[in-house]
This record gives sequence, C-alpha cells and structure tokens, in this order.
Amino acid sequence: MTSTIELRTTTQVYRVYIKATPQAVWDAITKPEWTAKYGYGGLAEYDMRPGGAFVIRAGAATKAFPSVPDIIVDGEVIEADPPRKLVQTWRMLMDAEMAAEGFTRLTHEIEQIQEGVTRLTVIHELEGAPKLAVVTSGGAERQGAGGGWPWVLSDLKSLLETGARLAG
Amino acid sequence: MDDDDRVFKALADPTRRFLLDRLFLRDGRTLTELEAELAMSRFGVMKHLRVLESAGLVVTRRSGREKLHYLNPVPIRLIHDRWIDKFTERQVSALADLKSELEQQA
Repeated sequence: MTSTIELRTTTQVYRVYIKATPQAVWDAITKPEWTAKYGYGGLAEYDMRPGGAFVIRAGAATKAFPSVPDIIVDGEVIEADPPRKLVQTWRMLMDAEMAAEGFTRLTHEIEQIQEGVTRLTVIHELEGAPKLAVVTSGGAERQGAGGGWPWVLSDLKSLLETGARLAG
Repeated sequence: MDDDDRVFKALADPTRRFLLDRLFLRDGRTLTELEAELAMSRFGVMKHLRVLESAGLVVTRRSGREKLHYLNPVPIRLIHDRWIDKFTERQVSALADLKSELEQQA
C-alpha cells in the first residue's frame, strides 16, 4: 500500500534537542559502543579525518538475519570538526537496489544552545537515491525497514536523557 | 509552555497542518512557493511558519539567497514514541489479559 509513496524531495532535514553535552552527542553518533545501543544498532567505525573510511557493521539485532552483510553502510569522512560538525558520504549496502543508488551526503551539526541542551541537526542529501530516501524518512516502517531518522533520533534522545532506549 | 505543548498548539490549526502537508509532498520550499498555495497574505503565512518553526516542526536552512523550509517530523515522532506507544501497548496487553481470562473460563 505504501509502495505508492514517492518523495520528490532530495534533501531531508531532521532536528532534535537533547539534554546532553555536544561531546556526548558526538560520541553517541561516532562510537560503536554507543551506536550499538539505539536505532538500527549498527556499529559505526570512523577514521576521523578528511578522506577517512566510514563503515557501519551489522549489530546484534540485524546479524540475526542471514542475508545481512557484515558491513551495512559505508562511506568516507569529508569534514570532521568534533564535537560540532561531521560531513560524510553514506551508502546503504543492505539492499542491492539502494546500494546501486550510490553515495549520499550526510551532515551532522551539533550545537549547544543553552547549558545542558544540545541541538542536533541531521541533513541527508539524497539526490539520486529515491529508494533510500523512503527508508530514511521512515516511509518503509511497515515493511520492516525501521522508522528512519525520526525514529533513530527519538531513540537517541531517549538513550542520552534516560539511559534507556525506547521500548520495542 | 513545554515542547509538547508547542507541538500540539502548532498542529491545532488547519492552515499550519496544510503547510506541513505541502512540505511532506515536497520539502525544502521557499516562503514564496508556500504562499502561492494559500489565499493568505505573505505576513499571515510567515506568522504560521514561525509557529511551526518554534514548535520544531519546520526547520529552515539557507541555500544561497533563499531560505528553504523543511518538514521536521521528529517532534511528532517523540510524542508518538512517548505517548501513543504507551497507550496502545496498554490496550494490547489489556486485550491479551482478556483473552487469557476468557480462555480460562472456557
């Protein structure tokens, strides 16, 4: 039913306010011991310099599926300014059609807006990646593809503020 | 007013829901584009966009000279994850309880 969803947008922008320091938010995005704990639960690995490699390895939850490759996302660091800004390329490898759409561009902007409150903005430039765009927007959640960025960021906020991820 | 209050208040208006629907169909629009779809003054549309922005439902980004408006569904997701899920979970478990009770009686 939702296969008719067609997003004509090529850039998606998501923003969430988190009661945590910019460093805590940066760590949660870039360190595997954190990325394992929310959203899709993959293990992020960054070589944090321009041109450095980036991968997300399948975490415990996704590894249960036999067809899932070890590396589920790959890309390259374009700009790293910890704990404020991270620009990178990003390609989904879990699905052949999405992998064929090639590299997209992902930016994380992390700003402390008041003492103890950090604003995280995710800008995903999805030109030429309409299939991936549906997944990142959460439009394929009923097909079991997870809730995309809105879900990931909601879960991240819950984890950093309460120490526990969302139920389910 | 807390964050959830701002979201509910922003959504409690048909013009603002219309604007979100337009952005859902095609994101990253300018004020001029959005204004063209409404029988309303530019100032009126700006006011509604400001309410949506302060609720976090719209995020603006500069692209050259243009200010683009993006739909940010995260605040709605937060309400969904914290509130809706909580209540639907309880309904589901209540139904499960009812089922086991009826089956025990049978």
